[in-house]
Formats: sequence, C-alpha cells, structure tokens
Amino acid sequence: MSSLFEEIREPVAGDVPVRRVSITVNGVRRTADVEPRLLLAHLLRQGLGLTGTHTGCDTSNCGACTVLFDGKAIKSCTMLAVQADGHEVTTVEGLAGPSELHPIQEGFKDEHGLQCGFCTPGMMLAAKALLDENPNPTEDEVRWALSGNLCRCTGYQNIVKSVLWAAKKLQSQSAS
Amino acid sequence: MYPSRFRYEAPRSIDDAIALLRQGAGEAKVLAGGQSLVPLLKLRFAAPELLVDINNLPGLDYHRADPDGTIRIGALCRHAELERSTILATRQPTMAAAAPLIADPVVRNRGTLVGSLCHADPQGDWASVVTALGGHVVAQGANGRRNIPVAQFVTGPFQNVLAYDEIAVEAVIPAPKGTVAGGYLKLERRVGDFATAGTAVALEMSGAVVTRAGIALTGVGGSTIDAAEAAQALVGGPLTADSIAHAADLAAQAAQPRSDHRGSADYKRHIVRTFVERILTRVQPSTERAA
Ligand SMILES: Cc1cc2nc3c(=O)[nH]c(=O)nc-3n(C[C@H](O)[C@H](O)[C@H](O)COP(=O)(O)OP(=O)(O)OC[C@H]3O[C@@H](n4cnc5c(N)ncnc54)[C@H](O)[C@@H]3O)c2cc1C
Ligand code: FES
Ligand code: FES
Repeated sequence: MSSLFEEIREPVAGDVPVRRVSITVNGVRRTADVEPRLLLAHLLRQGLGLTGTHTGCDTSNCGACTVLFDGKAIKSCTMLAVQADGHEVTTVEGLAGPSELHPIQEGFKDEHGLQCGFCTPGMMLAAKALLDENPNPTEDEVRWALSGNLCRCTGYQNIVKSVLWAAKKLQSQSAS
Repeated sequence: MYPSRFRYEAPRSIDDAIALLRQGAGEAKVLAGGQSLVPLLKLRFAAPELLVDINNLPGLDYHRADPDGTIRIGALCRHAELERSTILATRQPTMAAAAPLIADPVVRNRGTLVGSLCHADPQGDWASVVTALGGHVVAQGANGRRNIPVAQFVTGPFQNVLAYDEIAVEAVIPAPKGTVAGGYLKLERRVGDFATAGTAVALEMSGAVVTRAGIALTGVGGSTIDAAEAAQALVGGPLTADSIAHAADLAAQAAQPRSDHRGSADYKRHIVRTFVERILTRVQPSTERAA
C-alpha cells in the first residue's frame, strides 16, 4: 500500500478525510490512501510510479494523460483518483507482454509513429480503445478516434499508419 | 495543478445525494461527467467545500423513447452513448447531428448531456439543441420533482435555476406531433474546440407544411440564443427558397456575436445565416417526397 499524500509531500488538512481506494491497474489490485482532490493522473504517476501516463496541459485538452477506464479511453487528468475506486485502469505500462511489445507499440515503432514520444502513451491507449471495439477501422475511423489527442511533432500521418499497421497485425494474429 | 481541498461523497441513492447537498448549504457541487467541473477545480475557478459525485447513483445512465415518442435522457447518459444511439439516429436528427460535434471522443466518454445543460456555458452545444426542440429539465429536490423548460433553466452564463439542493435527473424532449426534420451545424477551429458559431434547427412537419419550428444559436451571445422569431417565420407554410432565406436572415439578426480570437462578429453572423440556410435546404427534398 502506498500512502499518496506522503509521495506528493502535501500535508493533509485535518478536516478532509483521506480515502482508501482500491483500483485494478494493469491487472494488479493496488490500494492507496488519497485525498479526494488528487487526480487519477497524479495517483498513477507519483503514487504508483507509472510515469508512462503523461500530463501535457492543465486544461483537459491534450489527451497525453489518456488511459483506459473500464475499457474506455478517458483523460486521467480529468478524473479524481477517488472516482476510480473499484474500477479497472489500463496504462501504457499494461500494453506490452512479458517478452514482447503489444502490436500497437510495434506499429508505432515500425511506422515511425512518434518523435519526442510525449503524446505516444495517450495515442496508443486511444488506439487500443478503438481496436478493441472496431478491429478493422478505416483511416477516417482512426483519425476520428485519435482526434482528442494532440501531437506537436509528427503531423499525425505516421500515427494513423501505425494504428492501421497494428490493426492488420492484430487481425492476422487472431486469424492464426 | 491540484484543486483546492474539498470533501468528497459518492452516495448510492438520489435521496442521500440530495441530503448531502442540503448539508452543503450552497457550498456543495454535483460532480457528473466532470468534463467541465474538474478543469474548473484544477484551475481553482471553482472551490466547493463538498463534491457530491452522482456517478454511483443507480438508474440514471439511460436514454430512451417512450411509446408516444417523448425522448428522455438520464443524468448519467454520456455524450458518447448519444453519438452511437440508434434511437437518435432514427428519430431525432438535430440531436443525432450534434452528438458527434461535442468536444472530442475521449471527453465524450465521460461528459453528460444533462451536465452540459447544468453547466450553462454559452458555448455549450446541447443547450441550443434542447432549446430548439422545446425540451425541459426534470429537477429533483427534497420536495419532489419539477419540470423546468430549458429556456428558463439557464439564467445567464454558467448559471441555472436549480436550488442548491436540487439535482437535474433527466432532460426531456417532448413527443413530436408530425414528422421531424432538422440538424445541427457547428464551425470549430479544430476537433474539441468550442463553437465559433453553431446552429440548431428542429422542425415538425405535416406533409410539406411546417407545424413547429425551433432555432437556437451557440457561441454567438452571452448565453444560448433562442431565435424564436426566425423559427416562427417558418411555421404554417412549406419550406421555399424565400422562406428559408427569410428565416436565415432573422436568425443572423438574433445573434449577438462578439469579435474574438475565433472570428469577427460579422463573420459569425454570416455563419449563422449560412448554417440555418444549409440545414433547411437539406430537409427540403425529403419533405416534398412526403407530401
Ligand atoms: C477539451 C474539452 C472540450 C469540450 N468541448 C465542448 C464542446 O465543443 N461543446 C460542448 O458543449 N461542451 C464541450 N465540453 C464540455 C463537455 O461537454 C462537458 O461534458 C459538459 O459541459 C459538462 O458535462 P459533465 O457531465 O462533464 O458535467 P460536470 O463537469 O460534472 O459538471 C458541470 C457543472 O454542472 C453541474 N451539474 C452536472 N450535472 C448535474 C446534475 N445532474 N444536476 C445538477 N448539477 C449538475 C456541476 O455541479 C457543474 O457545476 C468540452 C470539455 C472539454 C474538457
Ligand atoms: S494532461 Fe492534457 S488532457 Fe490530460
Ligand atoms: S511525438 Fe512529440 S508530441 Fe507527438
């Protein structure tokens, strides 16, 4: 169990009760004591050390913090950690298997879907939510699914290619 | 950025939620999808003492059509469900057109239509849609429920008429009497941006004759604009090039845009005119077939 307000080094006001939450993160049940105002993104990063989830803005615009919440893509900077109690969260650290990359990660590698990499975790999770629901998307559908995620580097072209690459790979895997 | 400190409760019944809001005595806030409130908390534009999270309330995540055609949207129905809705796709073209234009797909997985009405952002798309459709909000408080027409629900930018211990439990679109037509168009600089200008048009027709019309405008005034005069000009006759142009002009006159980083006032007014004309022109052929 990690005690989060220690991690973020802010004393808890006496009259604000800390809450114990239990969240299944990447398949593992994690427990933490959190202040209600703690954002899920900060619990993941500071509390659980899962720094693959990035935060790129203060205004809920960029999508760098996108994770899966019960399988759906959400902005983890726009949800309180207490709200995740009893729910399942998948972060970028949950994508790869023990010995190999997830096909979405392979796609980004093969098709040069990243430059600085800051937006990449959010992009990959938005892509995963899409492919889980629609394994054979058109280019337009990929662009639609990623339209809430901003990238300052790539111009998106290769990101879209990466996701289409991953879709093909996942389909050939499930066929064989 | 961290929000300032607050107490948090996630009640499991509406009665408990209302009791908590009472305790909060005006210093409590309802948390629905959080897609407007959490950003405000982070920026510390809002600093409530207590957050009453309604996401665990049972039975509010629906949208449905009653046998008579009334459409009901529960307080926990997310934008994304409305975007995928076959009920809206087959029965309610104005709502179906607006749903994919709210925010971005990730925000749509959490944000709610009812929350958007409560937030009363002049840039909010749903308020225009529900205004054009003549809808109302059902509010529940300690003394039961009351219906509030959406035109009276919003009193100004970011202000609604809910008492501090009331929860908006449902938005209602009344049953149409004729065939329905209409649409929603929004100009945005990029996905996820609020409207430079948006127009909602909702018609009921009997054959080729318009029997009810609603037109409302997003982002071109201090609150949602009900272009009632423009809508009224369409009622009682068929849609013709002239009647369409006239209504579009009246809608543009009803707009009160301000020049800002999204465009000049004249430009926004021009968009309103063009959009109203475009929506009405598109509904014409199908109504002529129906006649
Ligand atoms: C990046 C981004 C882009 C966006 N773009 C758009 C856009 O283009 N168009 C648009 O219309 N919106 C946009 N939004 C806002 C979004 O649609 C929100 O979902 C919506 O405005 C609020 O709904 P919510 O459920 O998230 O409410 P919350 O954020 O939870 O609440 C908003 C306010 O309403 C109150 N409230 C909520 N539900 C109730 C209830 N049932 N009873 C009483 N009070 C209640 C809350 O107390 C709070 O004051 C955007 C948001 C983001 C983050
Ligand atoms: S950090 Fe930018 S949307 Fe969450
Ligand atoms: S790769 Fe740099 S922001 Fe996308």
